[in-house]
Amino acid sequence: MTFEEIKKVTQILIEFLPNTLKLFAWTLVLSIPVGVLVTMLKKCRFKPISWLTNLYILIMRGTPLMLQIIAIYYAVPLIIASAAKSGKTGGIYDLLTNLKNNENYMFIALVTAFVLNYAAYFAEIFRGGIEAIPKGQYEAASMLGMTKMQTFFRIILPQVTKRVIPATANEVIVLVKDTSLANVIAYAEITMKAKQQMNLYSSIAPLFIAGAFYFVLNAVVTVAFAVIEKKFDYYK
Amino acid sequence: MAILEVKNISKSFDSLKVLKDISFNVDVGEVVAIIGPSGSGKSTLLRCINQLEKADGGEINVDGANMFRTENGKAVYAPSKTLRDIRLKIGLVFQNFNLFPHFSVTQNIIEAPVHVLKQSKAEAKSACNELLKKMGLETKGAAYPCELSGGQQQRVSIARALALKPKILFFDEPTSALDPELTGEILKVIKDLAKEKMTMVIVTHEMAFARDVANHVIFMDDGYIVEEGSPEEVFGNTRNERTKQFLQRFNDR
Repeated sequence: MTFEEIKKVTQILIEFLPNTLKLFAWTLVLSIPVGVLVTMLKKCRFKPISWLTNLYILIMRGTPLMLQIIAIYYAVPLIIASAAKSGKTGGIYDLLTNLKNNENYMFIALVTAFVLNYAAYFAEIFRGGIEAIPKGQYEAASMLGMTKMQTFFRIILPQVTKRVIPATANEVIVLVKDTSLANVIAYAEITMKAKQQMNLYSSIAPLFIAGAFYFVLNAVVTVAFAVIEKKFDYYK
Repeated sequence: MAILEVKNISKSFDSLKVLKDISFNVDVGEVVAIIGPSGSGKSTLLRCINQLEKADGGEINVDGANMFRTENGKAVYAPSKTLRDIRLKIGLVFQNFNLFPHFSVTQNIIEAPVHVLKQSKAEAKSACNELLKKMGLETKGAAYPCELSGGQQQRVSIARALALKPKILFFDEPTSALDPELTGEILKVIKDLAKEKMTMVIVTHEMAFARDVANHVIFMDDGYIVEEGSPEEVFGNTRNERTKQFLQRFNDR
């Protein structure tokens, strides 16, 4: 490829970079709170809820994210089609039809799949962090008359946050690269565009350029987490 | 006047009976030392009085309020409001300090006064400074627990307990996690508190200290109190065979 062509491909990838970033940001912002919720459900004393949560984590971590994306993306139209065939109508089907006709349906399906998947991983990271806090911290707080809420939010959570930063950084770095899986349903992110350019120029170079994009994004993520980790360095 | 009444406490973990029939009283201003071999139930007794474990049977009254009593063979605890009031009247100093690592020394000490007793920050801070001075830590307010020696950390944890102005202060082997060199500074703090007539119950392996500072010594073995009395009685004129054996080992060291 000529230098001009490389420049052109790079420009196209830059143009579609926001789609990659949008998927990354929505997944990150939603999957962390959902992950906290899943941790709480898993630790729920009412056993059936804890078991169902375990099953959910098992499936999400046990099957490929790519399959989950495909399944969720096609599930809605397939459900609607089979409902139409058997003549079923009503609230839930109308809701699904509205969803399918939404102009952002593909993005909504993608974020749903990514969030469900990443929340399962985050939940296990957070559970590990919570269980690593010594029992003495709870006992000290209770001797001081602190309520359960105060104990969790003022004593436990800040310490858990510090402990889960390295493992969370790992997940976030993987997430940057996993956004490329969205190309499986033809979401216009940079890997899909790079593949198109590869075919256009009969050259593998566009893939290397896409690789460089991910590399730079992850350099930023790595530095950001190093800064966060340093912020929590004031205690052991 | 008894500020703490413990009557016929029993406690099992599964099939293991840890406390069998424990009764004793603590009067205002008294210092009680609980001694005995490992596994005799000393720490469990302290944890039952501090509501960190639930007793199976018996009765405990703190400062006139009933914490629990036995009805039809089952321990019935007071409503949670009463339990909370009782909890705020007693303080506990742990063997492993259990300071909050993400809080500075000052934050550790003012946390409960500000967030539990709802004192103003200024008020809590000035009380905190007084306590730090008393503990010989006036320069350490901004330090984090990990920057302190074990002895300093334990003094902070004593200050943290004192900040709630407890009527009784319990110590669970306060020097067991410390170098022998550092135990002295903790023992001195406890002695100073004894001089101020602070009511204290101390589980300890420091026999010389127990003899020195306590008004009343309780010797526990296998879930029972086998001997109790003044330090002179228990250490000087030991009657019980088991106590004699135990103290002999300490004298030989």
